[in-house]
Amino acid sequence: MLYPVMLPLFGVTAAAGAAVGIRAWRAAGYSPRIGAVVGATAGLLGPLITMVPLRGCTFEPGRGPVDVALGVVAFGVGGAVAIGASAWVARTIARETGRVRTPAQQLSAGSFRAGIGTPLAFLAPTLAVLVLFLYWPMLETLRLSTRLVRLSAPNQPFVCLDNFTKLMAPTFSPLAAWLTIGFVVAAGIVAVLGRSDQDSALAVRVRGWLGGLALLAWTTAMFGANYRGVFVTTLILTAGTVIVGLIAGLAIAVLVSQPVKGQGAYRTFLIWPYAISPPIAGILFFVIFDPLAGIAGHLVETFTPFTLPSYRADGTLARSVVILASVWKTLGFNILFYVAGLQNVPTDVIEAGQIDGANTWQRFRHLVLPSLSPITFFLIVTNVTYAFFEVFGTITYLTAGGPSGATTDAMSALIRAGQVQGSFGDGAAQSLILFAMVLAVTFWQFRVTGRRVSYGS
Amino acid sequence: MADLTVRAAPPGPDKAAVGPQPTGALRRRKRTWHVHLLLVATCFVLCAPVLYALLAATQNNAQLFSFQLTPGESLARNFEVVWESRSLGRYMWNSTVVAVAITVGKTITALLAGLAFVYFRFPGKWFVFGFVLITLMMPTEISILALFRIVSGLGWNDSTLGLTVPFLASATGAFLFRQHFANLPAELSEAAQLDGANPLQFLVRILIPLSWNTIGALAVIQFVYGWNQFIWPLLLISDQREQLVQVGLGSLTQAGQGQAYGPLMLGAVLASIPPLVVFLALQRRFMNGFALTRDK
Repeated sequence: MLYPVMLPLFGVTAAAGAAVGIRAWRAAGYSPRIGAVVGATAGLLGPLITMVPLRGCTFEPGRGPVDVALGVVAFGVGGAVAIGASAWVARTIARETGRVRTPAQQLSAGSFRAGIGTPLAFLAPTLAVLVLFLYWPMLETLRLSTRLVRLSAPNQPFVCLDNFTKLMAPTFSPLAAWLTIGFVVAAGIVAVLGRSDQDSALAVRVRGWLGGLALLAWTTAMFGANYRGVFVTTLILTAGTVIVGLIAGLAIAVLVSQPVKGQGAYRTFLIWPYAISPPIAGILFFVIFDPLAGIAGHLVETFTPFTLPSYRADGTLARSVVILASVWKTLGFNILFYVAGLQNVPTDVIEAGQIDGANTWQRFRHLVLPSLSPITFFLIVTNVTYAFFEVFGTITYLTAGGPSGATTDAMSALIRAGQVQGSFGDGAAQSLILFAMVLAVTFWQFRVTGRRVSYGS
Repeated sequence: MADLTVRAAPPGPDKAAVGPQPTGALRRRKRTWHVHLLLVATCFVLCAPVLYALLAATQNNAQLFSFQLTPGESLARNFEVVWESRSLGRYMWNSTVVAVAITVGKTITALLAGLAFVYFRFPGKWFVFGFVLITLMMPTEISILALFRIVSGLGWNDSTLGLTVPFLASATGAFLFRQHFANLPAELSEAAQLDGANPLQFLVRILIPLSWNTIGALAVIQFVYGWNQFIWPLLLISDQREQLVQVGLGSLTQAGQGQAYGPLMLGAVLASIPPLVVFLALQRRFMNGFALTRDK
């Protein structure tokens, strides 16, 4: 359905597409006019990617503001995907036709002379698995997110975006709202102060961080009371796992990179927990922190005047223990990559710093840390992914999501919706929220590290 | 190098004559001593959970509740509970089959994909490459409920097929080999072609012998991944005899009273042995091929 409300939206995406297209095609060595036409076409057709499956339902007369807002987002996402794809095509065509030369072309030396059949046959197993078990489920998730699915009912009625709006029941969280406003104001202040300051790169970075925090707080404010708890738990567990894990990993990597005898043996001893599974990490910490039999409580009682409260009753402690278990499990991986990164820090730069009179901390802060940043961003993405998807196994055995939902994260909620309640529509909608977060983190990494793709994990 | 202070020149035979050198050497040795202490302490803390698990695996509940720090004598009894009455052996066998199948299958598909990406030119290569590249941003877990419906629709519930086939290929492996092959000299394939080798012969005779580090690294990752699978078997497998070990360990836990801790810890230890053995056996290749030779 096409509703009159959507016409100005098409105008906006077409204009944005034309603007991006002119820049992209000109940079690729083509006439900007082609760029404008291709970009505007992408901007006009792109929103249909989301609007056709949704049948434009969010813009029907009588829909609430939440539906309309989500509809605008879906509209924009469709447009952005198509415009981005068209810009990528421009760049790729330019590279393939040799208008812009890249080092990648040297790969063609030593190619086998064969038709298209042979390489496609080699790629067939990979492509078949990816299409059947990754692309198809992804499309199915998108479809299910707009359906009402019940286990016993064979038909799956179309419910527009109700599965999403359900999570965003309009309850107002003053704390989240104030945090949003606070972060936006702080970002504004930094922006104003940073303009005159010489050290404006720092200001840009701080502003970026504050902007990201504002976005998170705003997202939190958008969710209804039920899902907000799940979302906040996910954020806390993720932030704890990533921040503690990276700092501890870097510290230990620096320690084990010192030139001492037996370096290799130490490394093995530090890295092996990588092979332990998240569920088993959960079991180990389940016994260690057991309120009655746990050795952790016993040690606290013996060596300090305090007693350890039961983590099965105290929500904050439960979250801390989950974070501790995940940090322990991921530490080996972080150490491994930081050790690798530290080996690639150029020695002459450090020596130059030493000659210039920089002390150990200054050398670390200004010379070593910046050269580790690609690895740090790679580790942030892999650790965030771990915290989103794998900590579920730890939680299952350690806390089972309790006490009273304090450790029920997004993945637990999603599995429960699907497996226990059989409402795959709700589960699919929650999956897409997680997907959006993964994409946001990945794009942030690409932007910051300048499109350097890290292969691994 | 990783050390933050530049190392002093290695002590040569002429150093002793200079005079104030012994102080420097002494100071250096003293600092090394501290590093050793810190490293041993860190290793101990990181190993502590598993050391405690080893200890608890030999104890009965009474010894565990009294925080006894010496091994108990209940190892055999705990083992009987874990292996016989809770059939951990069966779960571990199932997991071994699945993990080995995933490791072997993924290595083969990744080798073939890497070969196609590096040693062939064909129209639309960039499109296929992008198509595979994008999946790096699509974790299986995102669409796991839909995957469950699809695999159930194929009738693969409670079957090894459902546990392995969806994971027989990945962008990670394809790109790992693509990057590795691209760094090999092009003369290799030119020489192979002059000798009349076809692409598969080239792969088996030339590329694979040059790729053991990368293959080893990928094998560790994939075996650990396959062995540690949890969410997927939890969803897919309802027949307990077909269950994988990470989910099967749940049969050793009891809600509320009556939790036997010794068997639980023994189960956790036993279920960690296979991935640890693979990791330790291949660890040199893992570190060489995967992380420590990352260029850039």
